[in-house]
Amino acid sequence: MKMFDYVKPATLAEAVAAAAHPGAAYLAAGTNLLDLMKGGVSRPDRLVDVTHLPGLDRIEHLPDGGVRIGALVSNAGLAHDTDFAKAYPAVAEALLSGASAQLRNAATVGGNLLQRTRCAYFYDTASRCNKREAGSGCDAQGGESRLHAVLGWSANCIATHPSDFCVPLVALEAIVEIEGKNGRRELPLDEVYRLPGDTPERDHALEPGDLIVAVRLPPASRNFAAHARYLKIRERTSYAFAVVSAAAALQIENGRIAEARLALGGVAAKPWRARAAEQVLKGVAADAASFREAAQAALAEAKPSGDNAFKIELARRVIVRALSLAATGTPERIPALPASVFASNSGALHA
Amino acid sequence: MTHSISLTVNGARREIELNDPRVTLLDLLRERLQLTGTKKGCDRGQCGACTILVDGKRINSCLALAISHDGAEIVTIEGIARGDQLHPVQAAFIACDGFQCGFCTPGQIMSAIGLMCEGQAGADPERIREGMSGNLCRCGAYAGIVDAVLEAQASQTEANRRRSA
Repeated sequence: MKMFDYVKPATLAEAVAAAAHPGAAYLAAGTNLLDLMKGGVSRPDRLVDVTHLPGLDRIEHLPDGGVRIGALVSNAGLAHDTDFAKAYPAVAEALLSGASAQLRNAATVGGNLLQRTRCAYFYDTASRCNKREAGSGCDAQGGESRLHAVLGWSANCIATHPSDFCVPLVALEAIVEIEGKNGRRELPLDEVYRLPGDTPERDHALEPGDLIVAVRLPPASRNFAAHARYLKIRERTSYAFAVVSAAAALQIENGRIAEARLALGGVAAKPWRARAAEQVLKGVAADAASFREAAQAALAEAKPSGDNAFKIELARRVIVRALSLAATGTPERIPALPASVFASNSGALHA
Repeated sequence: MTHSISLTVNGARREIELNDPRVTLLDLLRERLQLTGTKKGCDRGQCGACTILVDGKRINSCLALAISHDGAEIVTIEGIARGDQLHPVQAAFIACDGFQCGFCTPGQIMSAIGLMCEGQAGADPERIREGMSGNLCRCGAYAGIVDAVLEAQASQTEANRRRSA
């Protein structure tokens, strides 16, 4: 690991000033950053430790019915907050389907939003990667590309965003509060992320020094609580990133869908809001035919970026299944195997 | 430049001078404090061998910078027995053959203690397996590990029942 200067600011303003320096990076739990630094993938000159900053570790239920989640709240702390999980069950299920219990105890909300891709060529410093080193090329294309993007990719980068948490957050129109050199501002989470285009080295719209301080979910997003699920296909049942995942949330009135929210994970460089599919679902019966039509609409623009055409059909099927599960209703308790396609069968052994 | 931090490790307060900010909690425990019970497996947060409790919660010590944990309370595998009396989770791992080579065992035991404190899994083997998925065992002692957690959970429930009776 490259040597760095360690800075521990006492206030937000000090943090922003210290991190605006070229080569500086914020340190929260470090569960992604330290891994990248050990591998020489990230080489910051300065770490600005924000873990001790006051006031960033609270879950606040707002008077308007929304919720404000401090950037230093842990994944586990948020998923196991009873009121939060009741109001936003798909978010809690997504959180519990990600990483391991140890990582969820450490990893923070802000860090989760900004985690880097898990593309193996990004991680392998002997490979060319436009995201790691602008203009160097992309060895993922023509390489092992089973798990790469099928939506929104460019000739420069076919990497995917790895987060589970951000998939329902994008579906539920989360707002990100950002402290920067010019004070506080807000961005919809969907607009925080950038597609690769010609500049895949930039994952997001944040500027040097910008610090995510909180994520808010609007009160209207509570209205999906009775019909909200996260479903995640993995290559092993636990402790694996998504091949394809979907967050599905419905408001059903008299058997018809009044409002639908749908987002996909594992398919693009950002959590992918499927607005066309949501339009298809508005006002129709909550049945398999509607769900299939929505799935077609969601993947209409998809194309393989390599050896991954299967992900397009897989994504359609994950959508249909996630919508069906959401229509059935949010379970009383998050299943023993969160977001899994395998039914939880207590006491059963897995082959 | 050196940085001073203070940690409580297995109940004892330690004042530590760090001459390098890159030291992880794992390396600090093993290399500076001679607490080598916590194991370095992958060193990348994937295997769980380095699991310890920090402020009561299980985390991967390989992905935690020591310098960032000034003031933390740390419990490692060396700190859970009372003298010669094994911690109930240690006893259960022995009773249930929850290990073979033993390398992952300190991490498994610390993770199991963390899991029981979290209180989400109860006596459901499926929830225990899911909750322990961050600890790999290349000998494949998983069946014994789940049995050990179930047994430890049962003895804890029984002890609590007796205490409240």
